[in-house]
Amino acid sequence: MEPMLSIKNLTKRFGGLTAVNQVSMDVHPGEVVGLVGDNGAGKSTLIKMVSGVYQPNDGDIFFEGRRVHISRPSEARELGIETIYQDLALAGNLDVGANIFLGREHKRAYLGGLVRVLDDRFMQAQSEKLLVDLDVHIPSLRQKIDKLSGGQRQAVAIARAVYWNARLMIMDEPTNNLGVAQQGEVLSLIRRLRDQGVPVIVISHTIRDIFAVSDRIVVLHRGHKVADKRVTETSHEEIVQYIMGARDDYRSN
Amino acid sequence: MTADSPAEALPLKIVSRRIARQKQAILVISKVWSWIFLAILVVFFSIEGTGFFTVRNSQNILVAIVPVLLMGLGQTFVIIAAGIDLSVGWVMGLSSVVSALVIRDLADGGLAVGLAILIGFIAGVGSAALAGLLNGVIIAKLKVPPFIVTLGVSFIARGAAFLLSGGNVVGGQPQALRDLGNEALLYLQRGDETQLYFLRKPDVTGAQLRMLDRILPWPVVITLALVLIAIFILHRTQFGRHTYAIGGNKEATKRAGVPVDRLTILLYVMSAVTAGFAGVLYTARFSGGSSIAGDALMMSSIAAVIIGGVSMFGGEGRVSGTVLGALVIAVLQTGLIMMAVEPFWQYVIVGIIIILAVLMDQARDLIIGRAEAE
Ligand SMILES: Nc1ncnc2c1ncn2[C@@H]1O[C@H](COP(=O)(O)OP(=O)(O)O)[C@@H](O)[C@H]1O
Ligand SMILES: [Mg+2]
Repeated sequence: MEPMLSIKNLTKRFGGLTAVNQVSMDVHPGEVVGLVGDNGAGKSTLIKMVSGVYQPNDGDIFFEGRRVHISRPSEARELGIETIYQDLALAGNLDVGANIFLGREHKRAYLGGLVRVLDDRFMQAQSEKLLVDLDVHIPSLRQKIDKLSGGQRQAVAIARAVYWNARLMIMDEPTNNLGVAQQGEVLSLIRRLRDQGVPVIVISHTIRDIFAVSDRIVVLHRGHKVADKRVTETSHEEIVQYIMGARDDYRSN
Repeated sequence: MTADSPAEALPLKIVSRRIARQKQAILVISKVWSWIFLAILVVFFSIEGTGFFTVRNSQNILVAIVPVLLMGLGQTFVIIAAGIDLSVGWVMGLSSVVSALVIRDLADGGLAVGLAILIGFIAGVGSAALAGLLNGVIIAKLKVPPFIVTLGVSFIARGAAFLLSGGNVVGGQPQALRDLGNEALLYLQRGDETQLYFLRKPDVTGAQLRMLDRILPWPVVITLALVLIAIFILHRTQFGRHTYAIGGNKEATKRAGVPVDRLTILLYVMSAVTAGFAGVLYTARFSGGSSIAGDALMMSSIAAVIIGGVSMFGGEGRVSGTVLGALVIAVLQTGLIMMAVEPFWQYVIVGIIIILAVLMDQARDLIIGRAEAE
C-alpha cells in the first residue's frame, strides 16, 4: 500500500545544533505510528516540519504520493494534516458545537435571504452525531469548553479535525496532564481514528501508552532515527534501549 | 460558610449539600443582582422622589441613556473580544462638531435642510469611523495594546474636534435638526381627555403644552433600533460568534482560519460608529456641536458595560446586559436629581457598583471553577 505520508532524509538545524538529522519514515493509511525518544531527541521538531511550523533545511515530504512544500500551518491543514495541540485549539468560552464549527460556521438564510444567521441547530446536531460516531461521551454539548475535562477537550479537538476530513492526525504528548481515566479515553479514541482509516502519529514519553495504541514505533536519538519497529516485533525493554542510545539499527559503517 | 457550626461536626453529606446550595444561591445572585439592584432603585426613588414614577420621567431617563448606551454598544463588542476602546468619548465630540459644521454650512449654503442633515449625519459618523479605523489598524496590524492606541487616538480626536470648532459650540443649526433631537414618535396629551398622537404633534400652547408628554423621542427610537441590530449581530451572526471566539482564545480563532485582524479592525470601527451616532444625536438634541460632548460620558459607558456583566477579560457578556447597565446609571442619575441630592453622589454610587460587579464576576468564576482532573 502506498504510504499516506512519506518523509525522506529530513534535516532541521537550529544554528549549530542539528535537531533532526536525515530522518526518513512512512505512515500508511490505517496505522498509528508512535514516535518516541528522550527529551530533546527531535520529536517535536520533526512533526513541526510536517505541520508547517518549521521549514526543513534538507529533505523531502511526500503526502499522498505528491511532493509537498508546507510553508505554513494553514497549508498543512488544507492538505488534511491536522495537529492537535493541547491548549491552543479551542475557545474555552464557546460550547462544543461552536468549537467544532469555529471558522466554518454553518449558516442559513434569514429574512428571505437578506442576511445569513448561524444555524446552531444544525451545528449541534452534526456535532452530536459526530461524537456518537467517535464514541465520545460529553454530558451536554451546550457546555462551554472551559467546563469540560482535559480529556474531553482533547476529544473535541480531535472530533473537529475528523469532521473537517483530516487525512493524517498528529498528536504531540496527547496524554500529558490528564488523569488516568482520561488518558485511557484519549488512547481508545486514537484507536478508533485508525479504524476509521485516519492514520495517526503520536508522540509520547510514556512507553506504556505508545505500546497500547501504536502499530509501529519509531525511535529518535539526538536527531537520528535509531529504530523503526512493528510493536509485535519488539518489547518495552528493547525500545528503552533504543531511546537511551544503547542500540541503533541505522548506524552506518 | 457558617463559622458557628464547624463543618467537621456534621455528616459529610449534609455539609456538601449545604455548600452546593450556597454555591447555587451565589451563582443565581451573581447573575441577576443588577436587575435586583435596578428594581430596588426604582422602588426607592418612587417612594422617596416626587414624580419619579411618571411617563415624563421615564422618557427623561430614556433620553439620558442615549449617549451612554450608544457608546456602550460598540464597547460591548470590543470588550467581549478582549479589547478596550478609551477613545469613544472624544470621538463622540468629534462627530458632534463635524456634523454641526457640515449641517450649518450646507443649510446656510442653501441646500435643502433634510439633505443637509442627512449629509451632516453621515459626515459625523464617518469622521468617527475614521478614528475607529485608525484604532483598529494600529491595534491589529502593529500589535500595540488597545489601551495605549485608543488613548492616543482619543487625544487626536480631541485635538481635531477643538481645532475644527475653535473650542466653541457650533451653533446656527436649522430648526429641523432640533426637531430630530427633541420631537417624538408619540405624544401623550394629558388633561381632561387623555389622548395619544402618533407621529403628529398636537397643536397646543400654554398650560396644555405643559401637559404634553413626548413618548419615544427620535434619539431614543434610533438608539433602540441600533440596540436591536447589535443584539442581532452579536448573538445571531458569524461575526458575533467570532467576536466571542477572539475574546475566548485569539490564537485558536486564528488557527481556525478566522481573519482575526480584519475583524479586530471592524470591531473598533463599530465602536467608533456607535460613538459617532451619539455625537450626531447630541448635536441634534442641543442644536449645536460640542467637542466636549462625550468627555464626561465615556467612563459611564464603560461602567454600563461592566455593570451589565461583560467580562473585562473578554469572551463573556450580552448586549442586554449593557442596556441594563446603562439603565441603572440613568435611573440613578435622574433619581438623585429628583430627590435634590447633590447629583455628584451618582459617581460615588456608580463607582461602588462597578467594583461590586467585578467582585460578583470573580465570585462566580471561583465557584464554577473548572471541571478538570476528575
Ligand atoms: N526553535 C528552536 N530554536 C532552537 N533550538 C530548538 C528549537 N526547537 C527545538 N530546539 C532544540 O532542538 C532539539 C530537539 O528539540 P525537540 O524537537 O523539541 O525535542 P523533543 O520534542 O524530542 O523533546 C533540542 O535540543 C531543542 O533544544
Ligand atoms: Mg517535544
